[in-house]
Amino acid sequence: MLADMIERLLERHLDDSAQARARSGEWLPELWAEFEEMGLPLALLSEEQGGFGLDPADQGEALRLLGRHAVPLPVAETMGANRLLAAAGLPLAEGAAGLARADALTLTEGRLTGPVARIAWGDKLDCLALAVGDRLYRVPRAGWQVAEAGMALNFQPRPTLQIDWAVDVSAPLPHCPLAEGATLRAFQIAGALEAALDLTLEHTGTRVQFGKPLSKFQAVQHELAKLAGELACATAAADLAAEALARGDLLGVAAGSLRAREAAGTGASIATQMHGAIGFTREHRLQLFTTSLWTWRDEFGGQVFWAKLLGQAALDAGGTGYWPMVTAL
Amino acid sequence: MSSIAFPRPPADTEAVLALRTEFRAFLDKELAGHSPRARSDNWYGFDRGFSRAMGQAGYLGMIWPKQYGGHERSAYERYVVVEETLAAGAPVGAHWIADRQSGPSIIKFGTEEQKALLLPGIAAGELAFCIGMSEPDSGSDLAATRTRAVRDGDIYRVTGTKVWTSFAHEADWVILFCRTGSGGPADRQQGTSQLLVDLKNTPGLTIKPIIDLAGQHHFNEMHFEDAIVPANMLLGEEGNGWNQVMSELAFERSGPERFLSSIELLYQVIEALKGIDSDAAQITLGRVTARLAVLRRLSRSVTAMLQSGQDAGLQAAIVKDVGAVFEQAMPDVARELIDAEPDPAAAAAYASVLANITLNAPSWSLRGGTREILRGIIARGLGTR
Repeated sequence: MLADMIERLLERHLDDSAQARARSGEWLPELWAEFEEMGLPLALLSEEQGGFGLDPADQGEALRLLGRHAVPLPVAETMGANRLLAAAGLPLAEGAAGLARADALTLTEGRLTGPVARIAWGDKLDCLALAVGDRLYRVPRAGWQVAEAGMALNFQPRPTLQIDWAVDVSAPLPHCPLAEGATLRAFQIAGALEAALDLTLEHTGTRVQFGKPLSKFQAVQHELAKLAGELACATAAADLAAEALARGDLLGVAAGSLRAREAAGTGASIATQMHGAIGFTREHRLQLFTTSLWTWRDEFGGQVFWAKLLGQAALDAGGTGYWPMVTAL
Repeated sequence: MSSIAFPRPPADTEAVLALRTEFRAFLDKELAGHSPRARSDNWYGFDRGFSRAMGQAGYLGMIWPKQYGGHERSAYERYVVVEETLAAGAPVGAHWIADRQSGPSIIKFGTEEQKALLLPGIAAGELAFCIGMSEPDSGSDLAATRTRAVRDGDIYRVTGTKVWTSFAHEADWVILFCRTGSGGPADRQQGTSQLLVDLKNTPGLTIKPIIDLAGQHHFNEMHFEDAIVPANMLLGEEGNGWNQVMSELAFERSGPERFLSSIELLYQVIEALKGIDSDAAQITLGRVTARLAVLRRLSRSVTAMLQSGQDAGLQAAIVKDVGAVFEQAMPDVARELIDAEPDPAAAAAYASVLANITLNAPSWSLRGGTREILRGIIARGLGTR
């Protein structure tokens, strides 16, 4: 099973020291090579497209594992970029890839120019799957320079790229890269919340205060129950978004993405609180997940962007059209 | 891995989509002229005419065997009907409990005689049930129940008091949770049983109203004073009451009634904001809609589990806990977006719906298991107790 392969690979190649190096901005080339070897960048493609033809449940499991281990590489982005490129009939990425929408770019006499903000590991990528208006461009590494450094809350690079590229090929946009990215992030959020819940259960089950484990206190139990509820919501939200993406329904992507973003914040707060001060340190693994949750919940269109899209649809539906809109999500 | 798994609900089939369309048309016709205020009563509305129409059209007992008046349809088809009735604010009180949990309990534990006596009437929308669990000294701590049934030949003699019994004054039958064992500490759970009690024909039973803070009469106190119940009305096995009640609660906790109670207020908010250009309205409604969509998905997951015979007690507790938080937040969602004073006596839809929902919302994290009990169940499921 792909999930087992990913787990085994991460056990071997992603220890706490590798996580620490990634958090000082260091690319992990061996880990990336292992992912490529296993074919993970193609995991969202059908067999006709050269992928594995995984069913949606297995795709989701692979993406959740990237969150569950706080993988500090743009694997999910590359998987999503390849799905988009394959759907558009453009060549796939030959290394890591980014995924972006940048409508402010200008296309003059065949040259695409302008900035694309906050691309994960932007100077390490092979190409960008870039949407401008209703076209998808596959911009190769030679087509941009890093214009400005940037960093995410999980201390990984998010540079702004200055595109300057003579377009050789483009295609009609199959679906929005923000929807693709938001869906990927929803799965990663669900995975990171799984890890956060496990760590929290472990900590509260072993840490003794007042003569008993923290998990024997009712106040603590109720917070654990809330955390389990947020995890359940995030997991269902990611599946909801993925199904909507597959049928081209932006409103469903918005709903799934929004609920996962909300769970990321609520869940990270509960997990940190339940750990006490140790959860606020670099030495404890919880921070790998909380900082990732705080990163992922604001990417690929923020909460306001998606909420306005979905909220306006609700207003357009009106009181009588609202429920049919909800059942179609 | 410690997380509580929810299976992926299957996609809607053509049959399910067709049923939704057909049932929406049925509701449009049956509920024409129902005011928003009436619709906001949600499952506190009690209307035997509506329940009979549901029964006649084949929308009750949907998943039960045909020999008992059922229709042998899938759990999803029933789910569609249930959520559409709630979303439309239909007055479901006269069939709700019977269709949701009493009937399924009778199918699971009842004798052939009991099934033949009761199920066809429930499926026809003729028989209303209520739930006889809570007592003055036994609320969340159900195993502390004191109502006692003593076997005397071919009858039970029942003495004790049940409270918070919704619609006992209207319903036809109650499934009574009571103590039949010796009552020692060892058999707190084991010494319990369930009896089917005919509310209209039981000597020694009196029913008194308990008026809620909204001034409405849903709750009752049922007082049994040496009341006589035929022994053949024992449901399931004597002494197995606790297990039977727990199985009943899984049906009670997971359904869409655990997050749709305030949906009419949400419609009214949207209607009131229609046409205005407001970032705050868009953002709030977007987030509320996302929560609702995900709750629906979780609830349909539980339906999938029940359909395949899995134990969904934990998942149901999560749906009810998260769902109650969602539906109870609706008055504040409204108040963040619209300035209006709620008024229980108002003719205007918005003010009266806001009033009704605000006054009733506190009960939603109490009924069917308090928030605290549910979180305890979830925590135990996570291995902490």
